[in-house]
Formats: sequence, structure tokens, C-alpha cells
Amino acid sequence: MQYVAKNVSIIGDTGFSPKVKEASGTNIDRCYQCLTCSLDCPVAFTMDYLPHQVVRLVQLGLRRKVLTSDTIWICANCETCATRCPKDVAIPRVMDTLRAMALQEKVVEKGKDIVVFHHTFLSNIRRWGRQYELSLLLQIKFKTRDFFSDLGLGLRMLRQGKLKLRPPRLKDVTGVRAIFRRIDQSLARGEWT
Amino acid sequence: MDVKYTYYPGCSLEATAGEYDRSVRAVCAHLGIELQELSDWSCCGASSGHSTNRQLARALAGRNLALAERVGLDMAVACPACYLQLRSTCREVRDNSQNREELVRLIDMPYEARYDTRHLLDIIYNDIGLEELKKKVVRPLEALPLVSYYGCYLVRPPEVVGFDDSENPQSMDKLLAALGAEVKDWSGKVNCCGGGLSLNRREIAGRLVAEISEMACRAGAQAMVTACPLCHSNLEMRQADGKQNKLPVFYFTELIGLAVGIDEAASWMRKHLISPSSLLASHDL
Repeated sequence: MQYVAKNVSIIGDTGFSPKVKEASGTNIDRCYQCLTCSLDCPVAFTMDYLPHQVVRLVQLGLRRKVLTSDTIWICANCETCATRCPKDVAIPRVMDTLRAMALQEKVVEKGKDIVVFHHTFLSNIRRWGRQYELSLLLQIKFKTRDFFSDLGLGLRMLRQGKLKLRPPRLKDVTGVRAIFRRIDQSLARGEWT
Repeated sequence: MDVKYTYYPGCSLEATAGEYDRSVRAVCAHLGIELQELSDWSCCGASSGHSTNRQLARALAGRNLALAERVGLDMAVACPACYLQLRSTCREVRDNSQNREELVRLIDMPYEARYDTRHLLDIIYNDIGLEELKKKVVRPLEALPLVSYYGCYLVRPPEVVGFDDSENPQSMDKLLAALGAEVKDWSGKVNCCGGGLSLNRREIAGRLVAEISEMACRAGAQAMVTACPLCHSNLEMRQADGKQNKLPVFYFTELIGLAVGIDEAASWMRKHLISPSSLLASHDL
């Protein structure tokens, strides 16, 4: 594992860090690179940049490197780093902000598995008001063209009655859809979330 | 004692975690906790909502909080992801009037954050208490070696949730011990199982689950106990991938149901992907 950010030029976007700080409500300048976050992160083994490196990259204004990293999508939001950080840097809130920015700026590679999952998840909520798990699983299969993994598991879950065939029914699903519409309007106005 | 809550089941409890929902309702009725299901509840905004758009996540949670406020009771939640999402939204509204105005605009409903959201483990442990629970045990889970697995959102971040210690929580351990089980101490209780990545990065979730189940085995446990529908699915699904010895996973409410003698308890566990029947039979349960 490499602990120092690799080959980075330090001429970055000076407006980036203040924007992330404001949107996330987190003062990342407090970070003194002690590595507690990265050493305790359960998914660090598969990240391209470790959590403390992400913080450093944001401080340096290396916007594109951060927003196109796999790390911001891999972060499982388990809150371990935030709980143990001696400087109270809420890294999960920073990750939330970076994901929202990456989507807003459309820099995410097309068809990225985790993003496809999130979009499908939310379009189901928009449609039904609650998650319709069977439909979520089937759509993910089609969208990622991965038909065979977990096939046996899925069939077993159906047999065990773990997947409901009928979609959820809400009386006021229009109220939920109206929330999504207002969010779309905020995003269209370019408001950070 | 009058213990009454609105009940927010959450999406998983309608399908993959149907047995959790059934056991929660039966156990609460048995223990004298009155649950009134929140009428027309919707997704809480956790998971994908929270991962991609904080405003959306807040608004989705806010709709449910506003509905519950009309009922005028604190809310009981079964799923820790919903629990954190609902609690943090309530907290953000209490902290800052600008957040409240923005939320009210998005959901187009009044909301004052007057009531609390609590997890059922907290309610059973603190409102009912271990002494009361012990009195109701008719079939002690004697010599059943278990570990309690808390995962992430029951205990983290402590400033938002935190009815128990964030590094070494004890409530579920003590509760299971009160049911007569042999609760093993272990260091995996607040590890993340990678449930959020279970469907889109299987290999990551598989590795985390393997680590957790190995730790549980080394501690001498023959099953794991959880209070989270996402951990339950993930621990069952991703253990099934591996070759290691598969440990059954229980919801804590299923074990309460079993110990206090609720007849239908056996039918809840028939939905599990890793059958606990031989383990229970070997302990005369």
C-alpha cells in the first residue's frame, strides 16, 4: 500500500477545496494526515486513492483526479473514519459531496456499475415510493449485462419468499414524485447538494 | 407502562427481511410495546439517496418524519440504515432553521422535529429492560454460542445515533445473555460487512463477510445475531458464496421470540438462506 499521493502536480483549482468544505459542512483543513482513516477503512484495500489521500487531493485542488476516482464510489459510508478521526473530519460527508459533484459535472465514466445501481435504485423510489427489490435486481442484471452471477442465489431467494412479486403500493406516490421534481429543479439551477 | 410508538418498517422489511418484520411485530406485542405502523410511509432516502444527493435523502426522510409528527408519537425503526437517515435529518433540522425551511419547501408539509426516532434494540433494551425480559423467558437459549453483530449504523456516527458505545457496544450482548445464550466476546462487532456493495461489487462484500464470519468462528460462536436487514442479507448471501463453514444469522427479535415462547418463531427462520434448524435442534430449541 502506498501512503503518499502519487505523481501529483500541486497546481490545482483553488476554488475547489472551499466549495467542498461548504457543501460538506466539513473543515478538511484540520486534517494532519495521521492516516487513522485509511488504516481503519474496511475497503481501503480496493481503493485507487486512500481516504487521507482524497482529503489531500481536495486541499490541493486536484479536482479531476478526485472526481474521477473509484474511491468516492467504493466508500461504503460505514462511518468508521469519521468516528475515529482525532480531528473530527467527517470524511463520509466529503465523499457524499464529491459523488454529488461528480454526477453534477458529468465526469463519471459511462455505465459505471455502482452509479448504475444508485440510479436504478432511485428511479424505482421515484416510481413506487418504496424500493421494489425484485425489480431492482432484474434491472441491474439487464443494465450490467451480467445475467449469470448470483442466479442460483436469486432463485433461492424467490423460493424462500424473500422477494415480493408485487410492487409496493403507496396512496400518495405523487407526493414522493413531487419531491424528486423539486430536487431536479434545484439541480438544474446548479445548487450544490 | 404505556409504551407506544409509530412504527417505520422500511423497504427491506417488506420483502427480503419479511421475517424481521414479523418477529418485530410479534415480539413487541408480547412485550407490551404498542406499534402503530406509519400510514403511507415511503423510502427513507438512505443508501443510494444519501450516496448521491444529500438534499434528496433529507427530503425523503423528511416526508416520513412529517407524517409521524402528525401522529404525535416517537418513531420506532427496525433498520439501522433508516434509523441513521431519519435521525440525522431530524438533527439537521433541529440544528439549523435554514435546513428546516429548505426541507419544508421540498416536502411541502409542515415539520418541526418535535419527536424522536429510536431503534427497536434501544427500545427493548432501555424501555422494557433486561429484568422484565428475563421474567418472560420460558425457553432459555441455554449454551447457544452466539456473537452479537452490530455493524455500522446502530453505533456510528455516535453524535447522531449512539444509544450504545461506538467501539464496544453491549446492549445486544446483554440482551442475548438475558435470554440465556452463551454470548462470546469478539472484536468484529462493529466491523462493516460491505452490505452496500453486496449487489454491485460482490467480491468486496465477500471479503468483508468472510473476515467477519471467520472472526465469529474463532470466538467460538455457532451463529451471528444482527439487528440490520442489510447486514442479514449480505452475511447470508456472501457466506453462501464462500467455502468456509457457514454460520446461521439471526435477527435479535427472532431469538427473543424463540426464548419467550412465541409459537410462530420457527416459521420466521424458515426464510433464512442459511438454515439454523440443525443448530437449534442440537440445542433442543
